[in-house]
Amino acid sequence: MTVLNYNCHERTKDPSMPAMSKYEPVIGFEVHVELCTATKIFCSCPTTFGSPPNTQVCPVCLGMPGVLPVLNRRAVEFALRTAMALNCNIPERCNFDRKNYYYPDLPKNYQISQNYACIGTGGWLDIETPAGTKRVRMNNVHLEEDAGKLIHPEDPGADYSLVDLNRAGTPLIEIVSEPDMSSAEDALAYMNTLKNLLEYLEVSDCKMQEGRLRFELNISVREAGTERLGTKVEVKNLNSMKTVLKCIEHETWRQTRLLEEGGRVMQETRLWDEAAGATRAMRSKEVANDYRYFPDPDLVEIHVTPEWRDAVRAHLPELQEAKRRRFIEEYGLPEYDARILTNSKPVASYYEAAVAAHPNPKALSNWMMTEVLRELNAREVEPADFALKPAGLAAIVRMIDEGRISGKIAKDVFAKAVESGRDPAEIVQAEGLVQVTDAGEVEKWVDEAIAENPDMVEKIRAGNTKTVQALVGQVMKKSRGKANPKIVNELIAAKLC
Amino acid sequence: MGQISEDQVRHVALLSRLELTEDDVRHFAHDLSSILGYVAKLDELDTSQIPPTSHSLRLENAFRDDEVGASLTNEQALANAPESEDGLFKVPPVIQDGGGA
Ligand SMILES: [Zn+2]
Repeated sequence: MTVLNYNCHERTKDPSMPAMSKYEPVIGFEVHVELCTATKIFCSCPTTFGSPPNTQVCPVCLGMPGVLPVLNRRAVEFALRTAMALNCNIPERCNFDRKNYYYPDLPKNYQISQNYACIGTGGWLDIETPAGTKRVRMNNVHLEEDAGKLIHPEDPGADYSLVDLNRAGTPLIEIVSEPDMSSAEDALAYMNTLKNLLEYLEVSDCKMQEGRLRFELNISVREAGTERLGTKVEVKNLNSMKTVLKCIEHETWRQTRLLEEGGRVMQETRLWDEAAGATRAMRSKEVANDYRYFPDPDLVEIHVTPEWRDAVRAHLPELQEAKRRRFIEEYGLPEYDARILTNSKPVASYYEAAVAAHPNPKALSNWMMTEVLRELNAREVEPADFALKPAGLAAIVRMIDEGRISGKIAKDVFAKAVESGRDPAEIVQAEGLVQVTDAGEVEKWVDEAIAENPDMVEKIRAGNTKTVQALVGQVMKKSRGKANPKIVNELIAAKLC
Repeated sequence: MGQISEDQVRHVALLSRLELTEDDVRHFAHDLSSILGYVAKLDELDTSQIPPTSHSLRLENAFRDDEVGASLTNEQALANAPESEDGLFKVPPVIQDGGGA
């Protein structure tokens, strides 16, 4: 769960940057989402990430002559779910088209996609921006197959490329928005909201570092306050949200400068060059954009009957709003807690797993909102990859609830567990951190503290109740945090008050 | 109807990665034009009352379940490859411009 904070004014120090430009960007997205089906879209090869190259391939996804694709029903249902959640129209009939182009990662020399009749058309997604709620309209949601992966040899002089086709045929949905965003903040809100929705829909694990979720941008600039769209540029090769934001800033600057110098923006596809921190024109222009789409004769029509559509809708996973309400009702959480915990599906799932292991929802919520979220953000890790598992967090809270450890020791145990991945109960055991509740043992520390702090004792006897806490602190220090504070308080009260 | 110019032939040849001689270009412009002319006979039919279709088969919703089946081994997958390296297909160098997917 990586939440990016973005300061759009950070780079205005650049002297070549026009001061408070009268131009604003106009931004739309094409988002590719790899679906988390077990198998590919048109064959039964698995979609596992990171397997040895060319071991998840068969005659169909290798594009051998004479093979026939057969459509994965679940891929269609995932696309339907997504289209419904984005408020699209779902036409009753759609089909697949061939998009023809030559590239070595595409063994058939065409990609099976949807061009003339998509699974969803129109629709919208509401995003929360610093300027309030904004509605981003959708153009369409369509289903297609992913290409393979090209690998360029490390030797810069190598005169060949290498191809791994494990990914070829992985089901993809492409979500195409209208150009309804006008700042990096809008774009960030859109990306986060969409990723969150896809996670809630359980159609993709959205791991950007594995290419499961990929953003492509189209961007133009226009004078702020005007309606007419400028010439747009498409940008590819954006592999993180941070990169998208850098790219928006760069393209806005580049296009603004072109226009202010009396030039024109070319309609083209550009590539983000991470090393240069800039976009550059693609070189293979001569064959671009002549895809000669035509209906794929190997695949029959998809008929989304009203019954099927209703069944998919009825089985949509619990979405954010419903989960938030349930957290309030079922766990008795305050609205504030429920909102924070459901802001991200993986965080909500982590929390629910912890509550299942130790049913103290409010205490666990407090730990989530402070310690766990802080560590996830600082370490930029997903809850699933967090060293402390939900059962471990539950164990910490259980040990507090059972009086085995103090709240202060618990924080130390948490820090150690997060750092090392060790089991919290084992840390407490191995390092002798179990709270001492034996009154006789605690009394020894209390007596020592009283003997060593006559001035505090004086004040307490004079009725200064605040000093009691200071003396408790002295006892806790002596016990290295292990004395049960309740017993310490009782003993001090009995002896001095 | 159906006149294919020599420029159109050159364009389609480029898209198809075919190398044609000027002789070929002239021949194909002629042949493709006559093929289109022949097929254009279909335009004489009145299809205004027939819904568009992408298929001759009256089939719909041919699906499979999302269950993993057998894949090829790496050796089988590469058996027809002219060249390979480390389990990968080896192809002429590609500039890093990304595909279309
Ligand atoms: Zn396959």
